Amino acid sequence: MSFMNWIDERFPVTKVWNEHLAEYYAPKNFNFWYFFGSLAMLVLVNQILTGVWLAMSYKPDALLAFGSVEYIMRDVEWGWLIRYLHSTGASAFFIVIYLHMFRGLIYGSYRAPRELLWIIGMVLYVLMMATAFMGYLLPWGQMSYWGAQVIINLFSAVPVIGPDLGVWIRGDYVISDATLNRFFALHFLLPFLLAAVVFIHIVALHKVGSNNPDGIEIKKNKDENGIPKDGIPFHPYYSVKDIAGVAGFLFLFAAAVFFAPEMGGYFLEPPNFDPADPLKTPLHIAPVWYFTPFYAILRAVPSMAGSAFPGVIAMGAAIVVMFFLPWLDRSPVKSVRYKGMIVKVAIGIFVVVFVLLGWLGTQPATPLLTWLARICTLLYFAFFLLMPIYSKMDKTKPVPERVTK
Amino acid sequence: MKKLIVALLLAVAPVLGLAAGGGIHLDDADIDVSDQASLQRGAKYFVNYCLSCHSAKFQRYNRMARDLGLTEDEVKENLMFTSEKIGDTMQIAMDPANALAWFGVVPPDLSLIARARGVDYIYTYLRGFYVDESRPFGVNNRVFPDVGMPHVMWELQGMQKAVYEEVDGQKVVKELVPVEGAAGKGKMSAEEFDGAMRDLTAFLSYVAEPIQLERKRLGIWVLLFIGIFFVLAYLLKKEYWKDIH
Repeated sequence: MSFMNWIDERFPVTKVWNEHLAEYYAPKNFNFWYFFGSLAMLVLVNQILTGVWLAMSYKPDALLAFGSVEYIMRDVEWGWLIRYLHSTGASAFFIVIYLHMFRGLIYGSYRAPRELLWIIGMVLYVLMMATAFMGYLLPWGQMSYWGAQVIINLFSAVPVIGPDLGVWIRGDYVISDATLNRFFALHFLLPFLLAAVVFIHIVALHKVGSNNPDGIEIKKNKDENGIPKDGIPFHPYYSVKDIAGVAGFLFLFAAAVFFAPEMGGYFLEPPNFDPADPLKTPLHIAPVWYFTPFYAILRAVPSMAGSAFPGVIAMGAAIVVMFFLPWLDRSPVKSVRYKGMIVKVAIGIFVVVFVLLGWLGTQPATPLLTWLARICTLLYFAFFLLMPIYSKMDKTKPVPERVTK
Repeated sequence: MKKLIVALLLAVAPVLGLAAGGGIHLDDADIDVSDQASLQRGAKYFVNYCLSCHSAKFQRYNRMARDLGLTEDEVKENLMFTSEKIGDTMQIAMDPANALAWFGVVPPDLSLIARARGVDYIYTYLRGFYVDESRPFGVNNRVFPDVGMPHVMWELQGMQKAVYEEVDGQKVVKELVPVEGAAGKGKMSAEEFDGAMRDLTAFLSYVAEPIQLERKRLGIWVLLFIGIFFVLAYLLKKEYWKDIH
């Protein structure tokens, strides 16, 4: 113990351990939805580790990139596994994060005093999308190339500065070796930024304390020692519980890595097995599944005066509007458990609309599907923008004093 | 809420049904990549009929020997015709500029074609050539209209011709039948040729991802390990949590 004392006098190891693990009191009623925070961190670590190892053999060069990925798949020892862990990990990251965000949505985890926690989480989500977007260019397949082309052209649609902005992002007039090089540099940098913001996210969480499925502040009900009556120490209770969650997640993750790494064309798109060809536009360009809801919104908005800019605005707004969620929800209760039918139906419609938009984004834009996408886009924004009205009208149930089972 | 979701999904179901479909029907390749004999036959067809114009530049000969259960000498004798070394990848000698002049297009590398197009596409494509005098090589392809490639396996299959039908005033290929006379007869019967093309498709699927069999073999053990680990982790959690009510 004297060794620990020696350390503690110089660096607060024991203090940090107690504050954030052994004496961090979390509500005892966490359910299934509370696994995804720790799982998101696990996947981030997986992405960073496999990413660093991929970078040891990958060549960020327009002439060599595609071949170097196949070199990793065939000639590098265990390269195929490292690559599939990384490519499957990218999709797993978004699945986990979407479920994590959905948890926040249904249990009101964004409500006061957790507004900043939610906003920091949204910053993480945006960083993650940027990282994934740049990473998707690196295999230098047809979909890498043309997907990036479509997205960067969005920036070119900005009035006045657009064309220059596009050139500034690409470093060239078209997607080229210069673009690949800078995307590789940023794709390597951003995950470390992401890790830093995850740290801030957790600092914010431990300041306000975890929400729970009942949406009750457990800190309002403390015993004589100042410990929340409904709280249990994170370690060992939730550390052992999260290990079981990790095992469950890894089972599904490994099933995908070893038996369906392409996931029917959703994790690895078939056209991306054709090397990038700037002279051959694919018939149908679809981004990877985790971007498709926003892509569908982009395409749903008709262009005005020959400019696709309104669609770009709508796509951006679809993400920005989520930042304001803490102030859009006017319900007197946090958790969906005590909300009324109106909000429950609204959340149900939102889930269907989000999934439908995701599917629509993978399909060619036929007139019929475009109209469906327009209806979904309207419903998507209605869910957020009408929330101040319908969440107030909603007939809520009384919230209990203590957490329930 | 669940009822509502179901109702909503039912409401959009007809739309989804309408959106699906389209494109040409592809035959089921029904390949077995774990059948080494099939892969060996496929490799033979590949080096004999494809490898003069199409490379498989990511596939090494010695890797193929190992994965197909052949010795390196067997590969050198039966599957290698040029002066390449056993550790080389399957390259071709044809100059791309010449290829462009001869075929109007550089024949693509086939290393990943099975992953890019799918095995059903390849199986249907290989059996989809038919006589079309308007094309430079006198043949067209059912799944790849106006393809630049000649029917290199006509000796095996014999020539086919298209039977057309009218759909919305458009002439489309309904089915392919052998042409009359000797030209319609190949060295192989229709069943034999289908089998050969199944072997070739299986080989291309192997080439697109040589690790695929080992990946699944290993996956079983990984899932078993994680499964046992999950049970232990779950029991540990239950033990710790037994006092929490």
